[in-house]
Amino acid sequence: MQVYFDNNATTPLHPEVKKELIAGMEMFGNPSSMHGFGREARANVEDSRRKVADFIGAHEHELVFVGSGSEANNTVLSLFVCGTSQCIPGTRMRSTIITTKIEHPCVLETSECLAHRGANVKFLDVDRYGKVDLDQLESMLGDDVGLVSVMMANNEIGTLQDIETITKMVHERGAYMHTDAVQAVGKVPVDVRKLGVDFLTMSAHKIYGPKGIGALFVRKGIPYCPLIRGGHQERGRRAGTENTLGILGLGKAVEMRSIEMAAEEKRLLELKGILKRGIEEKIDDIHFNGHPEDSLSGTLNVSFAGAEGEAILLYLDLEGIAVSTGSACASGSLDPSHVLLATGVDAETAHGSIRISMGRESTLEEVEYLLEVLPKTIQRIRDMSTAYIKGGCHVAGR
Amino acid sequence: MLQAGEWAYTEKLKEHFMSPKNILQGDNTDDFDGVGMEGNLQCGDQMLVAIKVDKEKEVITDCKWKTYGCASAIASTSILSEMVKGMTLDQAFHVSPKDVAKELGGLPDHKIHCSVLGDKALRAAINNFYSRNGMDDKVKEEQAKIVCQCMNITDHDIEDAVLEGARTYYELQERTKLGTVCGQCKDEAEMLLEKFKHIHFGA
Repeated sequence: MQVYFDNNATTPLHPEVKKELIAGMEMFGNPSSMHGFGREARANVEDSRRKVADFIGAHEHELVFVGSGSEANNTVLSLFVCGTSQCIPGTRMRSTIITTKIEHPCVLETSECLAHRGANVKFLDVDRYGKVDLDQLESMLGDDVGLVSVMMANNEIGTLQDIETITKMVHERGAYMHTDAVQAVGKVPVDVRKLGVDFLTMSAHKIYGPKGIGALFVRKGIPYCPLIRGGHQERGRRAGTENTLGILGLGKAVEMRSIEMAAEEKRLLELKGILKRGIEEKIDDIHFNGHPEDSLSGTLNVSFAGAEGEAILLYLDLEGIAVSTGSACASGSLDPSHVLLATGVDAETAHGSIRISMGRESTLEEVEYLLEVLPKTIQRIRDMSTAYIKGGCHVAGR
Repeated sequence: MLQAGEWAYTEKLKEHFMSPKNILQGDNTDDFDGVGMEGNLQCGDQMLVAIKVDKEKEVITDCKWKTYGCASAIASTSILSEMVKGMTLDQAFHVSPKDVAKELGGLPDHKIHCSVLGDKALRAAINNFYSRNGMDDKVKEEQAKIVCQCMNITDHDIEDAVLEGARTYYELQERTKLGTVCGQCKDEAEMLLEKFKHIHFGA
């Protein structure tokens, strides 16, 4: 049995998206061309833009198609360090950027780079469930703050932030608000007006669309400056010939999400409940990471005392089950998940974690198969572990 | 969902990962003549090696192990435990991570550091045997030598940095801050860098 439980990494194409892409391959015109081929492509691009804008409650002019969520996040952060006098956002003299310790590396690494370029970057702590410390945010919000960037749903532990409340706090102090909603859009309702955010990042391949296409919402009237220059595309906000096929796929992906999301997420939440209870019943000395309620329906992150994450991942892989891990060993670095460490678990608990992320194709049968394989796998690893003593093991939390 | 041909590791490694040899059952090492433990859980790997020794011939007759570690740590220690049976203590002491990696048919570069723990723990077990049997003179402590006096960086630190991915002097400096004050250690550090690259990666 082949089980794909790594939907937060990427998702399989929705069959309807696949159909749309195959049909779309006939369309090759450059949307910027004035002739019939170009006009056909332009019409399709703009049709998709309307669908995506509608899906998040934005105006179509507020949407910039980009190459990935990472690009969108890089674009937003880079707005706030420009030193030239011509640059509108750069001249606001608010050189402090606040973000969190649990952001995706594309935000963290860009922030670190901006710090080298003169920005004052501050990282918010999170509590043991991964929720941002609002008191700390309040204390950090001074007149020097230009931008606050907080991810809406965390990719590793699934914890959701209260973006609406955070945005109100940020706006009260005159700063701009960005949320990386790559893991949230299409899984929980997202309305940019309700949230109040100035910038929002989303991506297609997390919601059954193609890879290599994302969108950045930029609220009307917000200072903006492109990261990629040299073309009038996207109303001058992102140069480069449009990825027409990708845009078509993103449009179809959100269209399908708007039909399926509500029922689908309810079903995933039920599956997660079964999975969670099953793991609790069958395996001792475990620790669930992330928020028990305010979390993505399909995401479950769990640590096993005395078992190393990469070994768990690869033993499960041999049984046909695909998950991911917060262990350092799988990432090529020596540090375990920065997200788990930020929630206050110790390094061992972080090294011994796996992330199970279900999606629209996940079934009860697959959950039951995992529940059959996982206890044996953990037992096998613990039997050869120097670090497991039943019941006496140090595992964080609880 | 990796298929056989696409497995990130070699077939041999996969085989030892799937059916590791010589795992110590339970926690009791009383029957063994030497026990060594290396690594720590904070770094995500820990290794215990226990050996039985023919005291007349100083030959390893049995080698068992346990680990908290990833697939490469499991597989490399499994194969190491097979390799050293029948070796003299002196031979076993000089088994290098490169020998183990070679036996496994190669390891991805970023996995080498996971595999060094097995032979480290083995050397600790051999030393443990020597000291238990009144042969303290044979105990070979791995003394670290300070290379960079300003930042207090040793040759062991340089070796670790190489295992963690440093390949150039600049990368070595980034990781260790070595040579960032007076810079007098540059030549020696570069020599050690090349040496450890050669030992661990054959470069």
